Amino acid sequence: MSTPAPRAWAVRTGVRRGLTEFRHMLRSPEDVAWNVLIGIAILVYLVTQRGTVVPGSGGLTLPDLALPGILAATILFGMVMGPAFALSAEVEDGTVLRLRTTPRGTTTYTVGMVVGQVLGALPMLAILLVPWPFLLGDPMHQGAGGWVAVVGWLLLGTLATLPIGIVGGALAARPTRVMLFVLAPVVALAFLSGVFGPQTVPAWAAGAVQAFPLYWLAHGLRSTTLPAGAEGLELGGAWHPEIAALVLLAWAVVGLVAAPVVLRRTSARQTASALAHRLQALIRG
Amino acid sequence: MEHTEDAAVRVAGLRMAYGAHTVLAGVDLEVHAGEVVALLGPNGAGKTTTVEVIEGFRRRDAGDVEVLGVDPEHGDDAWRARIGVVLQSWRDHRRWRVRELLGQLADTYRPYSRPGLPRPRDVDELLARVGLTDAAHQRMSTLSGGQRRRLDVAIGLVGRPDLLVLDEPTAGLDPAARREFHELVHEVVDNDGTVVLLTTHDLAEAETVADRILLLAGGRIVADGSPAAVARQVAGPSEVRWRADGERHVHSTHDPVAFTRDLLATGDVDDLEVVRASLEDAYLEIVRRHEAGAAHPDLEVTR
Repeated sequence: MSTPAPRAWAVRTGVRRGLTEFRHMLRSPEDVAWNVLIGIAILVYLVTQRGTVVPGSGGLTLPDLALPGILAATILFGMVMGPAFALSAEVEDGTVLRLRTTPRGTTTYTVGMVVGQVLGALPMLAILLVPWPFLLGDPMHQGAGGWVAVVGWLLLGTLATLPIGIVGGALAARPTRVMLFVLAPVVALAFLSGVFGPQTVPAWAAGAVQAFPLYWLAHGLRSTTLPAGAEGLELGGAWHPEIAALVLLAWAVVGLVAAPVVLRRTSARQTASALAHRLQALIRG
Repeated sequence: MEHTEDAAVRVAGLRMAYGAHTVLAGVDLEVHAGEVVALLGPNGAGKTTTVEVIEGFRRRDAGDVEVLGVDPEHGDDAWRARIGVVLQSWRDHRRWRVRELLGQLADTYRPYSRPGLPRPRDVDELLARVGLTDAAHQRMSTLSGGQRRRLDVAIGLVGRPDLLVLDEPTAGLDPAARREFHELVHEVVDNDGTVVLLTTHDLAEAETVADRILLLAGGRIVADGSPAAVARQVAGPSEVRWRADGERHVHSTHDPVAFTRDLLATGDVDDLEVVRASLEDAYLEIVRRHEAGAAHPDLEVTR
C-alpha cells in the first residue's frame, strides 16, 4: 500500500473517528433516551397547542411559529453545548493528550469532533421533523422548496455556532466551568432571542441579540417556513434573509479562524503532569 | 533528519522550575541506539517532567535537547511518528472498544510508513502480544487497571517507533503482567532495534529491564551506568573484614578487588569477607532523604 499524504490522511482518519463516536452515541442508552424524551416532550406540547392561533399572525398556529425557533435552538444547543462539554471532558480525561501523542493527532481529533457533533444533532432533528407533517400539518408555508432552504440555514447555523462550542470548551477546559461560562450565556441568549417567536424578545434586548447568531438563524428559518404576511411579527416588520446569512457567515469565518488557534493552545498545554495534578485534585476532592 | 543519530536522546543542562520550585537543576543524559535505559528516581524527582521535555510536550526553561536528531520543541509530524509514548494515568476514550481505539490510533501512522519499516504494526498481532485478544471488543471503561496499562503500551508500540518512551509503565501491574511487560520490551528491542527510555521508581524493575540506569535525585542525574556500576557510585565503599595475627580488621574501600589482592599478598589472612554495598540500601537512603525534603542537589556522587 502506498503511503497517503499526511494532511489528507489526518482528515480521513478524523472522519472515521467522528463516525465511530456517532455510532457510540447511537448505542448509548443515555444519549438515545435524552434525544427521544426531549423530542417527544416538545412534540406532545406542540400537539396540545395545535389549535392555538397566535394573535396578530394572520392565523398562524403556535407550532407553525415555534418550529423555526425550535430548529435554531436545537442547532445552538447541539453545536455549542455538545462540543463544549465533549471537549472539556476530553481535555480532563486525557483524550486530547492521547491524540497529541500521535502524528497530526490534533487534526484527527478536531475533524472527529466536528463530524461526531454534527452527526450527533441529526437524531433530534429527525425526531422533530419526521413526524411533524403528520402531527402538526405541513410546516413549509412557501412550498416544499422550504425544506431545502431549511437544510441550508441549518448548515450555515452549524458553521456559525460549532466553533463557539469548541472555543468555549477549550477555554473552560473543565465540564463544571462549561456550565458557568458556556451553558448560562447560551440559555440567556435563547430566552432573549425569542426562540418561540419574535414576540417574546424584550425591547431592551432586541438590539443586543441581533449581534448573535441565534436570532438571525431563527429569523432566516422563519423567513423560509412562514407565509407572506408573517414578517409583521419580526423586529422591524420585514424579512432580512441576506442580513441573516451575512451575520451567520461572519460568525462562521471568525469562529473557523479562532477555533483552531484556541484548540492548538489548549492541546499544547496538555501534559501528563497536568493530567496527574488534576487526578490528584479529583482524588483529594 | 538522519544526520548524527549516534545518540537517540541527548540532553544537556536541562533545567526546569515550576515557580520558585526547581525540579530539574541541570540534567545531562544520553540514550544510545540499541539501549534500554531506566530513569530511576523517587516520586516527585522530576522523571515525568524530563520525559515530557524529551517527548516534546513541555517547553524547557534551559538546556539542550536532541531527540532522534531533532529539538523536540521543533519536531514535526514525521518526527512525532517515530516516537512511541506511554504516559501515566489515563481515563480516556471510555466508550471506545479496545480494538476500535487501537485501530484508530494505528491508522494515524499510515502516512509515515517506510520501505522495510511498515507503519503501523498489525493491530491484532499487537493485541495478542500484550494479551488483550480476549478483551478486543470490550469497552475501555470495563478494563482492569492492568489491562488498560497493557493497552497503553500497545498504543505506544503501534506506530513501530524508533524510540519508545514510557512513564511508569508497570505501575498497577501484577508481578506476572510486569514480567510479561519486561519480555515485551526486550522483544521489541531485539526485533526492531527500538530504543527504550522508561521511568520507574522501582529499583528492582530498573535492574531487571534496563541495560543502564540513570538515577535522578535532587534535580540531577546522580548516577549513570549498569546496575552494578550505579551501586558502586551511590552506595559508598565496600567493607573488607578479615583476621590477621588473631586480630579482627575492617577496612572500607571503593576497590575491594585491588585491596583484597594486596591484602592476600601479605600472607597470613583468615576469615576474609567482602561486604558489597547494596544498591537497594543506597537507593532507599536517597528516597528517604528526597521524601524528607532534604534531597541535596550536591548529593555526593563520587566519594
